[in-house]
Amino acid sequence: MVTSIGKSIQRKDAWEKVTGFAQYTDDFPTTGVLCARLLTSPYGHARILKIDTAKASAVKGVKSILTGDDFKELHGPLLLDRPALAQNVVRYAGEPVALVVAQEESVAERAVRLIEVEYEPLPVLLTPSESLSQGAVLIHEKVTGYKRMLTDIYPEEGTNIASRYHIQKGNAAEALKKCEYIVQKQFSLPPSDHLAMEVRTARAEISSDGQVQIMTSSQSPYAVRQQISGAFMIPAGQIQVTVPFIGGGFGGKSAVMLEILAFLASKSVGGKAVRLIITREQDMAAPPSRIGLEADITIGADKDGKIQAAQMIFRLDCGAYTDISPYMAKAIAADCTGPYHMEHVLCDSLCVYTNHTYATAYRSFAHESYTFCMERVIDLLAKRCGWDPLEFRYRNAIHAGSTTPTQVPYTESLIGDLRKCLSRARQLSLWDAGSRTAIKQNTVKAKGIACFWKTENPPTDAISGATVTFNTDGSVNLVTGVVEMGSNGQTHLAQILAEKLGIPCEKVHVVLSVDTRAAPEHWKTVASLTEYMAGKAVLRAADDLLQQLRSNGSQVFGCPISDIEVSHGRVYSIRNPERFIEFKDIAQGYQAPDGTSIGEPVLGRGGMMLKGLSMLDPQTGKGKTGPAWTLGAQVVEVEADITTFSYRILSALTVMDVGKVINPESMRSMVAGGMAMGMSMASREAASYDSQGVPQAPTLRTYKLMHIGQEPDYQVDFVETPQDDSPYGMRSYAEHGLIAIPAALGNALSNAFGIEEVTLPLTPENIWKASQKEKP
Amino acid sequence: MIELEGKTVISLNVNGDSHEVMVRPSDILLDVLREQLGLTSAKAGCKNGDCGACTVMVDGWPAKSCLMLAVEAQDKKIITVEGLGGKAAVQKAFVEANAFQCGYCTSGFLMVCHALMTQHPVMPDEIVIEEWLQSNLCRCTSYQEIRKAVHLMYDSLQAADV
Repeated sequence: MVTSIGKSIQRKDAWEKVTGFAQYTDDFPTTGVLCARLLTSPYGHARILKIDTAKASAVKGVKSILTGDDFKELHGPLLLDRPALAQNVVRYAGEPVALVVAQEESVAERAVRLIEVEYEPLPVLLTPSESLSQGAVLIHEKVTGYKRMLTDIYPEEGTNIASRYHIQKGNAAEALKKCEYIVQKQFSLPPSDHLAMEVRTARAEISSDGQVQIMTSSQSPYAVRQQISGAFMIPAGQIQVTVPFIGGGFGGKSAVMLEILAFLASKSVGGKAVRLIITREQDMAAPPSRIGLEADITIGADKDGKIQAAQMIFRLDCGAYTDISPYMAKAIAADCTGPYHMEHVLCDSLCVYTNHTYATAYRSFAHESYTFCMERVIDLLAKRCGWDPLEFRYRNAIHAGSTTPTQVPYTESLIGDLRKCLSRARQLSLWDAGSRTAIKQNTVKAKGIACFWKTENPPTDAISGATVTFNTDGSVNLVTGVVEMGSNGQTHLAQILAEKLGIPCEKVHVVLSVDTRAAPEHWKTVASLTEYMAGKAVLRAADDLLQQLRSNGSQVFGCPISDIEVSHGRVYSIRNPERFIEFKDIAQGYQAPDGTSIGEPVLGRGGMMLKGLSMLDPQTGKGKTGPAWTLGAQVVEVEADITTFSYRILSALTVMDVGKVINPESMRSMVAGGMAMGMSMASREAASYDSQGVPQAPTLRTYKLMHIGQEPDYQVDFVETPQDDSPYGMRSYAEHGLIAIPAALGNALSNAFGIEEVTLPLTPENIWKASQKEKP
Repeated sequence: MIELEGKTVISLNVNGDSHEVMVRPSDILLDVLREQLGLTSAKAGCKNGDCGACTVMVDGWPAKSCLMLAVEAQDKKIITVEGLGGKAAVQKAFVEANAFQCGYCTSGFLMVCHALMTQHPVMPDEIVIEEWLQSNLCRCTSYQEIRKAVHLMYDSLQAADV
């Protein structure tokens, strides 16, 4: 019986969000809460000679001022390389240098301006290439001296390399020699910002017995607990992290940063409640943003247009500190070929320090960046081979008999069906009607196609959990550690539970905020793994619940448990289905008409730990980083003025193999939203820096996002190749609408203007510059 | 406002009620609504007039409450999302069109759309809708959903008229 799966069930948080009742971290009362503000570095790289806080301290209402001298701890999820406040040196413009705690925001802000800092500028490195060049200054003096939190982080002594991952499958160098067609390209893509509409913020309070309360706009409440516990030697149970609604995350709120500062701020004022407020401008410079990427790719095909081999070097611009970037380098390495059959692969993926704002996960964990590079060279290779770009991809699509770059054998369940996606995309985009058409003088319509795939890179032992309790009306409450940041995972989990219990989804109430003491640990709300990880835990909790209902039923009906059925919110014996008990009368235990109590209250719980994942072999890269893949094809059509290099994006299509469409409208809108984010990023967004590493556009007025009226027509379609071990066969999908959009737009524009060297962002100016270089 | 420094009591008419609040001359309407009246539907996304998340309705027109001083709002009728009461056409339309994800920009969009309908009781051209909505940013949706919500809002109005 289908009650919920496959239906466009309305968001569980819908009415809270349209009535103003949905509360975000900064919406909680501020009465009696002190305010903290940050002073950040104006230099990209400089030694701190002196910090004078005397004038600032004299401001009435200032409670405390903190600088890097006050702490020795270092932070980070993988490599402990980042101080909470700069210690002796600033490594990026925007790095927190001092923190003021005051009675009111206006006082804190005034005091921040009165802190005097003397800097001595140091040489600035702004690209991975610069950082890797001979004699480059070391951004971190001894990168090998930092504590590693996981064993697969490989900093290289005496360099700016924080980690490196190596993939070697077959013999790429030999195979390339035999290729008929070769494409060799270099790429340099700039960093950009997540720009979630809610500016990051955190609050902290420490009770006199040492209980730490943190409320934060974070995707990773359990990581906040773990990192604060680890850094300050506080037992994890003494730290309670709560996360209400968060106003968009996109990976940017998976890093732990402001929580540490808020904790230190509270500690400095005797544990009083403190809220740390940063401005939008600081949010764009101080907390982590999206990586930049350099790539050198050589790829070759035989005379029949079959890709034979690829050699790649990726250099991730992780900025001044690593955060999660080494794992993004690993993620790129593990998926480096894209969803294609390639027998010979050689790939080095390096995580390199620069003096940019440090980077963290951004929707799709660096896949959007390497996919841009890879799908550009695939397009160029198709052209060299004389193949239609869609047909070329179809021919080379990963299939049974292929292995991934990390030598995981292809199965449909594990990876999905790219050819089905491509066939559907061909049809829906009217691909065969022509990929470039002149519509009037100097104006052309052009299409571009790109494919993507993605697996995940969680720790191999990541966990999730769920608990389910009954209300007296027979409805249930579902509690997980999943953060609600827009991706609607909670509604999908409710659907999974409703389906399993055989009750309508309205009867499942979800707890939308997370409290680390009340909800079972869920690794992080990242990597689109909510439905897979928490979904599995929910199914187990449901099984547990059903078993207990059966047990109560067998006692009430006096028959063996095996005779008891549970469905439609009722418990009955298969021998006499007419006599049933509704959930509301049996879920809290049963009271017989004579008052006898029978059974026990029903409380469901389920947990799951990822299984079967491994770290990559350092020599060959062999291993499995994530539970499964999701793949798809995307087509973008533009109308371009070939004289002015301006263009309008007309339409964009995604066909994605999601395994199972459990909520058509929710999933369509999530994918369309990803496409929109990718379109905005690809067409206009970049963090631009001057030669001294100072951000040039750190406000929303100068860093332009796409607004209404600029959006193309978005179309989303799904292919369903079930992932066998996932709830109802569903694959991860929430980030993926973004991945190949920059590449598809780049391919469309390359096609429109006849230019090979297109780069991000795809602004008319950048396209014009490329055209000048390529002039015959 | 006699004192230029320190705080002064002013009266604000918000969602049909009159409130006395203590403000500095430099206090922005957004902060006063949120911190003194507990009306947190209006959000601070940039405090620079660039994102529209703080949009409220002032005398029937949309206004960015981060660009308006609280003292400027005296003698004006201010409506926030809390004042829509949960039954407004625009709220139903946004739910039906799935026109939000994280919900942070939603209050601003609701108020600009509600004001649009106040000023244009009959659905205007698409270009007018775009002009009204283009100073509000949404990072989650594709904007298609928000556009659809505007259409549904006008559809429901028509249906009610019949």
